[in-house]
Amino acid sequence: MTQGANGQSLRLVAPMWNGTRGIHRLGGAVVPEGNQKKERKMLQFLNNHFYDVEALRGYLLQREMSKVHLKNRSFTWLEEQHGPYSAGAFFILKQGGAVKFRDKEWIRPDKYGHFSPEFWNFREVPVEAVDASDCEINYEGLDNLLLLKELQSLSLQRCPHVDDWCLSRLYPLADSLQELSLAGCPRVSERGLACLHHLQNLRRLDISDLPAVSNPGLTQILVEEMLPNCQVVGVDWAEGLKLGPEEQPQDTASPVPA
Amino acid sequence: MIRRVLPHGLGRGLLTRRPGTRRGGFSLDWDGKVSEIKKKIKSILPGTPCDVLPDTSHLPPEHSDVVVVGGGVLGLSVAYWLKQLENRRGGMRVLVVERDHTYSQASTGLSVGGICQQFSLPENIQLSLFSASFLRNINEYLAVTNAPPLDLQFNPSGYLLLASEKDAAAMESNVKVQKQEGAKVCLMSPDQLRNKFPWINTEGVALASYGMENEGWFDPWCLLHGLRQKLMSMGVFFCQGEVTRFVTSSQRMMTTDDEMVTLKSIHEVHVKMDHSLEYQPVECAIVINAAGAWSAQIAALAGIGKGPPGTLQGTKLPVEPRKRYVYVWHCPQGPGLETPLVADTSGAYFRREGLGSNYLGGRSPAEVSRVGWDMLARRHRIIVMKESGFWPGSVCFVHPQVQTAWAGYYDYNTFDQNGVVGPHPLVVNMYFATGFSGHGLQQAPGVGRAVAEMILEGSFQTIDLSPFLFNRFYLGEKTQENNIM
Repeated sequence: MTQGANGQSLRLVAPMWNGTRGIHRLGGAVVPEGNQKKERKMLQFLNNHFYDVEALRGYLLQREMSKVHLKNRSFTWLEEQHGPYSAGAFFILKQGGAVKFRDKEWIRPDKYGHFSPEFWNFREVPVEAVDASDCEINYEGLDNLLLLKELQSLSLQRCPHVDDWCLSRLYPLADSLQELSLAGCPRVSERGLACLHHLQNLRRLDISDLPAVSNPGLTQILVEEMLPNCQVVGVDWAEGLKLGPEEQPQDTASPVPA
Repeated sequence: MIRRVLPHGLGRGLLTRRPGTRRGGFSLDWDGKVSEIKKKIKSILPGTPCDVLPDTSHLPPEHSDVVVVGGGVLGLSVAYWLKQLENRRGGMRVLVVERDHTYSQASTGLSVGGICQQFSLPENIQLSLFSASFLRNINEYLAVTNAPPLDLQFNPSGYLLLASEKDAAAMESNVKVQKQEGAKVCLMSPDQLRNKFPWINTEGVALASYGMENEGWFDPWCLLHGLRQKLMSMGVFFCQGEVTRFVTSSQRMMTTDDEMVTLKSIHEVHVKMDHSLEYQPVECAIVINAAGAWSAQIAALAGIGKGPPGTLQGTKLPVEPRKRYVYVWHCPQGPGLETPLVADTSGAYFRREGLGSNYLGGRSPAEVSRVGWDMLARRHRIIVMKESGFWPGSVCFVHPQVQTAWAGYYDYNTFDQNGVVGPHPLVVNMYFATGFSGHGLQQAPGVGRAVAEMILEGSFQTIDLSPFLFNRFYLGEKTQENNIM
């Protein structure tokens, strides 16, 4: 029997599955409120009874997917003209992320999406850190990200299209990558985390708030074993363990069952 | 009113004729007839169920353009690509006939679910690469509105093949071919192996090849379910039944060398229902043999192999079922999260299963022996594994506890262990998609597309699978694959 922080005994409890997500919500893990639920039901009813509605929904979905594909196209011409670092930086900035070149300040796009063009002159200066939070990077878009060979810090927080396949592509950055953050990515599961073992230089890994991971506490322990030199942040290993039957919860500060 | 009038007249007539029969002994039975007429009128009137025609909802349709024999992943993949690549929506009627809707013996469900690109033939590598991209974008290919997105549970952990001294040169040349085709594979020396995976015992290992991307394992049931769902939404007919007979018509033709050759074409397929003698003759234009381990029986029904041995008519389809066992064991101090699917030179392989120190593995026998099909052999093997330490030496499992085991059939191609794809030269409308000897699941999307292209365009368009045609069995040209697990 494991012991919790307050000396109470804990046992492992199975995680709850929070229901299916419709195909029109690519990665939204938010529970819908009352109004949205009614709209969803109405939409489903129309979809099941009218071919036109079904075709329209299919067409809108295809359009959304092709928009994401367009955002993630390869900038090979830019790479030839301006070098890999500038091309990679342009890709990140266009998606809405931020880039930091070595010995320079962070370059961020403003709220209209514009960013300063000074980085086109940094042909030989490698990119040190990338903050791609909330960007729509997917598997194909990583082609551009992997141009940045000397990247030290990468943040992919809350990216809706980053999944296990994408994580398996990060191994070329093994020599330089020291910090990686995957917090809040709805499609990353423990199977993708298993292929992070290539990144032996990693010093800080953030895997908090991953809804697709089935057993966060156990995954945290296994990832810590896999990357011994790395500080793995995110999940308290006691999460997922329930208080034993003989001990009643005395105060609200005790570990809460998942 | 008519009712009341007639019996009077008839009754009086009857009575006057035969005074002894008062109770209508004359067999007119007017009341019964009247109730029958009432019933018929009621059933013809609208709004009431008409029981005149028998119920045929369990039977397949009477006509179908394409009949796919076998509803496993290969058959469903061919049906999917046929519907996807047809020129006009609804242009082709496809019927999938599957004998067992629970898939209890089908190789798809019992498979370990691995996908890798470490083959020696370029065609196999290209098929696996395409399948990896299909699985990666599965929610675009198999999207159905209102259905939740598919989660294949793909583990991108890669494959690690270990080679001894005598196989090292072959492995090096294989890796060169794989890199040329675009697979991300790297070679590792024993020192590098020890560094990366300290739990491997590198005694006897001279070289290892490690796949870094697009390799791993996934859930085959999910793929099967996704394909089935998508096919139902595209309008493919499914039928549970067994194909018992092909009705063929023949044509004798003269070749340019003045030889007489008989070309057959199947124009009817008899599909027999379960537990009954009832069968439905389905008129069809094309038959696809995707029956997996039982493909040879289906081919024999079409007359393939009925002829003097050594001729094209006498060449049988050399696919037979081979039983393979898979064991699941628990080992608390075993390799961790980063474990790839490790395969040894002796044919033994294992992989991690889940997060709880469970491992799954098996061994393909090196010798060409036919393994018995009975369940007793399975129990025996579990005991053997428990006692003698099953793993030949590369990975040491301390105190493994076998949790469960199961067995499935490989559709083993006894000729050269590679698939059979494409039409038969004599039975002109039977196409094969079978015989993949253990890697049918991972090559199914690519093979399905190739067969669909062959049917719709007449030749392979994207991946050229001409080395896999049936002719090679007659000509004796083996396309041998050296990396079979």
